[in-house]
Amino acid sequence: MSSKPALRLSRISKRFGPLRANDAISFDLEQSEVIALLGENGAGKTTLMNILFGHYVADEGTVEAFGKPLPPGDPRAAIDAGIGMVHQHFTLADNMTVLENIALGTQSLWRPRLDRTAARRRIEQLSADFGLSVDPAATISSLSVGERQRVEILKALYREARILILDEPTAVLTPVETEALFRTLKLLVAKGLSIIFISHKLHEVMAVSDRVLVLRSGQLVGERETRSTDRKELAALMVGREVKPTTVSPLRLGGPLLALEQVSATPYNGAGLDEVSLTLTAGEITGLAGVAGNGQTVLAALIAGILRPTSGSISIAGQEVVDWSPRAALAHGVARIPEDRHAIGSIGDMSVTENVIAERYRSPRFSRMGFLNWKAAGRFAEKLIADYDVKCPSPEARIRLLSGGNMQKLILGRALDADPAVILASQPTRGLDVGAVAYVHHMLLSARDRGAAILLISEDLEEVLALSDRIFVMFKGRLSTPSARGERSIRELGELMAGHNGERDDHAA
Amino acid sequence: MDALEILFTASFWVAVIRIASPLIFATMGELICERAGVLNLGIEGIMTAGAFAGWFTVYSGGDLWAGLLVAALFGAMFGLLHATLTVPLGLSQHVVGIGVTLLATSLTYFVYRLALPEVTSPPKIEPFQPLPVPGLSSIPVVGEALFTQTPLTYLAFISVAAVAWILYRTPIGLAVRAAGENPSAVEAQGISVTGIRMGAVVVGSALMALGGAFLTTSAFNSFFFQMINGRGWICIALVVFGSWRPGKALIGAVLFAAFDAYQVRLQQISGGIVPYQVFLMMPYALSILALILVARRAAYPKALMIPYQKGER
Repeated sequence: MSSKPALRLSRISKRFGPLRANDAISFDLEQSEVIALLGENGAGKTTLMNILFGHYVADEGTVEAFGKPLPPGDPRAAIDAGIGMVHQHFTLADNMTVLENIALGTQSLWRPRLDRTAARRRIEQLSADFGLSVDPAATISSLSVGERQRVEILKALYREARILILDEPTAVLTPVETEALFRTLKLLVAKGLSIIFISHKLHEVMAVSDRVLVLRSGQLVGERETRSTDRKELAALMVGREVKPTTVSPLRLGGPLLALEQVSATPYNGAGLDEVSLTLTAGEITGLAGVAGNGQTVLAALIAGILRPTSGSISIAGQEVVDWSPRAALAHGVARIPEDRHAIGSIGDMSVTENVIAERYRSPRFSRMGFLNWKAAGRFAEKLIADYDVKCPSPEARIRLLSGGNMQKLILGRALDADPAVILASQPTRGLDVGAVAYVHHMLLSARDRGAAILLISEDLEEVLALSDRIFVMFKGRLSTPSARGERSIRELGELMAGHNGERDDHAA
Repeated sequence: MDALEILFTASFWVAVIRIASPLIFATMGELICERAGVLNLGIEGIMTAGAFAGWFTVYSGGDLWAGLLVAALFGAMFGLLHATLTVPLGLSQHVVGIGVTLLATSLTYFVYRLALPEVTSPPKIEPFQPLPVPGLSSIPVVGEALFTQTPLTYLAFISVAAVAWILYRTPIGLAVRAAGENPSAVEAQGISVTGIRMGAVVVGSALMALGGAFLTTSAFNSFFFQMINGRGWICIALVVFGSWRPGKALIGAVLFAAFDAYQVRLQQISGGIVPYQVFLMMPYALSILALILVARRAAYPKALMIPYQKGER
């Protein structure tokens, strides 16, 4: 190791009102080192990186890059000091080309002409050097998520970044793309770059880093050499207590509850469903894996009643339902945990009470002769808050003020309270921390054990593998053959997600 | 003369280009604002202010070019007001835009009345005269239409080329387009989104004011109430029609002007059988039709009308 660290953070503190987002955090990043920054949502990882990159100004503490102090609150200075950041939500302009996105801000704004030739040459050189192939003339919107990430990395390299910060880089990638990313990172390190890898996925942290720093509630609670630690220890450090692995009781299958037969559907945009047949059986969790945009959202919308099939039939408990709508779905006992709790799952500026009766305000329990029974609604909200351990100031609080985990618990409560026969769970743990994830998993498993039929749609393969009794992979609007618990490995599922369904599919069909 | 013959006369096309010129200025102005992510509904009022400022400068003894400069300055000023409210303060672009239009329009009428309390018929000035381009203007029809115009019309066409060049060929144009697509990408490169957007609105508004001034210093020779008469709103539609591209927007402006010039001539030959309001309506009806046909798949700037606050995602 060379004498000067690539990056030195000294006692960084940042408060947002009463919340201590970062509390006296200090660490060094050596040259050619990969540090993993591990922590749950809200642990302060992103705040720390935003301070480092000049988006926020720290209340206390200093940052040094290659021995020189970094002026606070100045992204330009961070870039000039050789810090590059790949954000979780890419900062790319979709309607512009790769070249334009990369060149943005690299040439003086007052130049009379943008030098595209020089930019293209340099991009091609970097692509070749680092194995990041991408067409400079392609429009961002035509690229896959993995390719977009490559553009983000190229953007940093183009600015001669010596330190690369990746914020949850694998959240949006397929397993195959993740492996490619890890290979790229190894190459970058071999060429002398230093990397901070932010994640809450333990297996990735173990695979990619030299050293792990664990953040919890804004404090640095642990620092381990990756080779001398294990996932269990890291999980305990991250959560602050032992995390019990999910236990699954033996399968007790009931009858078919919801059946789709040869169903096709066309959404407003993106891939539709192409003659999908799927039966959800009582007492079973059916897992659906796949890369985003292959029709999972359409299938969820269809089962929720938001979308009608263009052909094929839907039947509930053996009876075909002709007039399929969201209200019909609810009336037939289909409970929904929507993919996006903010956009679809809740109405942010309405109260907790109003949100929890949103699906059932017409029932005699909550309304009579067209007038709402606020007393009953309030009691229901209080019951859910108590039963599902929701941390919330009062049932009158606007739901947007709740944390992601607490909002999801409420949505879970709203869906599960009436013991529904069918549960549609779309990305039920997206963006939740380890504790909340365990809770959601536990609730889904107990619903299964009481005999509900559950469809779990998730981009998190580990989650699908842990919970599902039967797994399908969706690719371009079609379902793969199913596999029983433990039958297919992550690798095999990854292949199916990428659309490589060779011999396996043939003799299974 | 029958209805088709009109299309082959030079005088018709001269009128088309003349009618298109103010639309071209203002459409380019609106396009710059929208490309940076700001819908500028102040356009109608800013054009009114520009029309008056340009005319009044000349009426008070100023040079025609000085009139244009003053018009552009007033446009920029109202642009700055719009930008201050919508960009750093992040207020609703619809409400601010309509407010700026109402403010600029009424202020203009008020100042007009203050300055000229006694007049009953609008006073006249000596406007820009046609400046035939030697050689080119003698080409039949096309040459006459394009090259026997006033200097201000030539300037309108130059402004299209300039806007296209700036947006697509310069680093600052790249930053403007990126600010309208994904402002956080701009901020992440250490460029101020606020600066880019405010600059775009100020410059765009100055162009709108030139569009207004064209009417009083080139097309006509006086200022009167209601003279903008919805041209600003047409320009907003033209930006959409042109899919936010300067070249296509220019085609849209010429097309609309052609409809407008054509309906005037049709009125003259129709002999009063069809009510004249039908002809008046024609350009607007055709514009809606063209919009339906052309602009349905337009890729609008992703961050249009979305205020940007630093540090928010």
